[in-house]
Amino acid sequence: MRQTTSAPLLRLEGIKKNYGAVRALQGVDFELQAGEVHALLGENGAGKSTLINLITGARRPDAGTLTLAGRPLPGLDPAAARALGIACVHQQPALFAELSVAENIGLRLEAGGAWRRVDWPRREARAAELLQRIGAEFPASRTVRELSMPEQQLVEIACALGVGARIVIMDEPTSSLTRREQEQLYGIVRGLRAAGTGVIYISHRLEEIFALADRVTVLRDGVSVGTHAVAAVTEPELIRLMVGREVSQLYPPAESAPGAAVLELRGVGCRAAGMHGVSCTVHAGEVFGLAGLVGAGRTELARTLFGLTPADAGEILLHGRRIHPRSPPEAVALGIAYVPEDRRRHGIVLEMPVAHNLTMAVHPRLFPGAWLRFGAEQALARESLRDLAVKCPGPDALGGSLSGGNQQKVSLARWLATRPKLLILDEPTQGVDVGAKSEIHRIIRRLARDGLAVIMISSDLPEVLGMSDRIGVMRGGTLAAVLPGKSDPHTVMAAALGQSS
Amino acid sequence: MNRYFREISVTAALGLVLLAMAVFAPGFFQPQPLLSLVTREAPTLVVACGMALVIISRQIDISVGSQFSVCSICAGVLAARGWPLAVVGPAAAALGALLGAFNGVLVAGLRLPSIVVTLATMVMLRQGLNLVQQGAFVNLPDRVQWFGLSQAAGQWTLVGAALVLLVIFGLAMRQLATGRWVYAVGTDDEAARLAGIRPQLVTFLVFVLMGLLAGVAATMNIVQSPQVQPAVGSGLELKVIAAVVVGGVAISGGRGNVWGAFAGLLLLACVSPALTHLHVEAYWEKTIQGAIILLAVVADGLRQRKRGEGQA
Repeated sequence: MRQTTSAPLLRLEGIKKNYGAVRALQGVDFELQAGEVHALLGENGAGKSTLINLITGARRPDAGTLTLAGRPLPGLDPAAARALGIACVHQQPALFAELSVAENIGLRLEAGGAWRRVDWPRREARAAELLQRIGAEFPASRTVRELSMPEQQLVEIACALGVGARIVIMDEPTSSLTRREQEQLYGIVRGLRAAGTGVIYISHRLEEIFALADRVTVLRDGVSVGTHAVAAVTEPELIRLMVGREVSQLYPPAESAPGAAVLELRGVGCRAAGMHGVSCTVHAGEVFGLAGLVGAGRTELARTLFGLTPADAGEILLHGRRIHPRSPPEAVALGIAYVPEDRRRHGIVLEMPVAHNLTMAVHPRLFPGAWLRFGAEQALARESLRDLAVKCPGPDALGGSLSGGNQQKVSLARWLATRPKLLILDEPTQGVDVGAKSEIHRIIRRLARDGLAVIMISSDLPEVLGMSDRIGVMRGGTLAAVLPGKSDPHTVMAAALGQSS
Repeated sequence: MNRYFREISVTAALGLVLLAMAVFAPGFFQPQPLLSLVTREAPTLVVACGMALVIISRQIDISVGSQFSVCSICAGVLAARGWPLAVVGPAAAALGALLGAFNGVLVAGLRLPSIVVTLATMVMLRQGLNLVQQGAFVNLPDRVQWFGLSQAAGQWTLVGAALVLLVIFGLAMRQLATGRWVYAVGTDDEAARLAGIRPQLVTFLVFVLMGLLAGVAATMNIVQSPQVQPAVGSGLELKVIAAVVVGGVAISGGRGNVWGAFAGLLLLACVSPALTHLHVEAYWEKTIQGAIILLAVVADGLRQRKRGEGQA
């Protein structure tokens, strides 16, 4: 796999980059061989995104050199990077939502001036061929708006394949993918490697790096702290390199026996959300993990419990009382809290101060009579920030100025302020760095110990297995199985895929 | 940068203009013309308060001019029939609220884009009024003018009423949970919904309030002249939107306040008399007002870009 004899495909030496006073990169060395999958690992803010921006020509380094196959590249810009065969699959696909897949691929791949005629049959045939090569199951005529996030990422990958890129950068490509889609992606990456393409693979999931990468480079605080052959390094070693300290336990152990039943579902369904016949019980002091493929109905169940898509079948019992939440305010009043999936879009309001974000769900309680009480607001905010150890300048800092993990904590704190009985977490650690992730896990465990019933939706299988007291597996809009915690991953996957194990 | 940079800069610009007038044309500060100027703008200020709320909630209402006309004519007709002002005022406000509720149902209830909905209601109300009124003026009884008070007392009453409403809205937007909701909905209505706020209800109420204020402003307008023309209030929507935008309310929603809108309105309103006193041709008025609006938008754009870079 490693072709140490020839010059590396890409070499970065002594790269430095500052944004104003922020020293994003302070001397990074990195090299990529042809036919190699090289993982780039680091906590959020370690400098991975900056490094990608330099390689794709979006930004220029302040110091250091980039060399492509022995040729130095001063003053690289995005067009030149593309011409040299550098392609990037971004975490958030940058596609034109109103255009079809074929049109999007055509826009990226087709050369020519403003007056050239579009060869529609050729454009569509090419798109269809690329989609088939990566195993996509949607037609090229589909409008991008109708595609899910993972499907949009597949379109991005198709574009990278289409340009015949020598270097493909993948920025957390699996953050929203299910296990099956991941396997599909692994196949694509291995195919690229076999064809001699250099792949820079960025991920927070260590298991992925071990499954896929040949070498791994760890970034910490803008410095590359080491490059290792994946075969010669262990998971704890990598974590230690990333965080610069020993993370003793990745998942905090369950400490308390579950108490009384908090939530009981009897054949709950919602036709509009495509969910039916969900029956289960969630107890106080329990973390009930919800596993399953994207689209299996996990988020739909959460949204139904939170009153966003009210149930039209079955019974929901909270503390033995029948409830029927029809809107979020009703659900909040009943003691149900929902920390949504996409925190940047829905979890917190980036343009609002942290304090305003924190109190947004508790206005009726915190401000009886509708008059805002800034003293009470600030006090609650300070208490929450301290309680969850949010790293932030203060209650008046804007939500958008916080790092991903801290935004997630603020989103969580908002709902804890409602003093819920049932807490529903939807992908609580998606796109969060390892340090913040284990902190969030400890918080979740502590909340359960304090008697909260927690439903945790997660596509991160190790997380579900490590955190849950019991695991509900959803498939095709219903709860297919309830498994004990610490189940075998194969059993969970089998249930999610509908195979009898 | 300071969160209130835009409000502060507009106020500073207004201060500079007033200072320049004090130096170069002290005649500008004669009390009687100045009071008349401010009185004329009092109804506009009331409408601008409503418009600030509408734009903060990431909507727009371009039918306010027509709402204002309809309320003015109806109030005039009622007053001409001998109804006391104490009844005519609330009736006009209620009519305005009803017109606003119509917009609100369409925008919040059916989730239609407000620019199209209010464009339609703007045209419908204006044409409906022309159809009924056929361009005829409504003559008002003498007791209506200045509430039957002396002119000075009437003017002070109007200015005072507008300022009281301004203070009420200024405080409410900051001190009431409802005000916070308007900002939240304007910034991200889905995030607001997931936080247990009812974005549709908030949007609906904002439109009702807008209509109500248009009705109040109509009453404040008819007491200033002996008759009401049907063309009254045409172009008002552009005037208040301009004032609100100049005052630092972001057209993209979620940012700004009524104080800024107040400063923006005064800044735009004093262009015309300032030119007169400086003996500049009146043709410059619209050009300068346009330049001020452009400057405000450019300032917002630069600010946004600066923030975008800071996040990269």
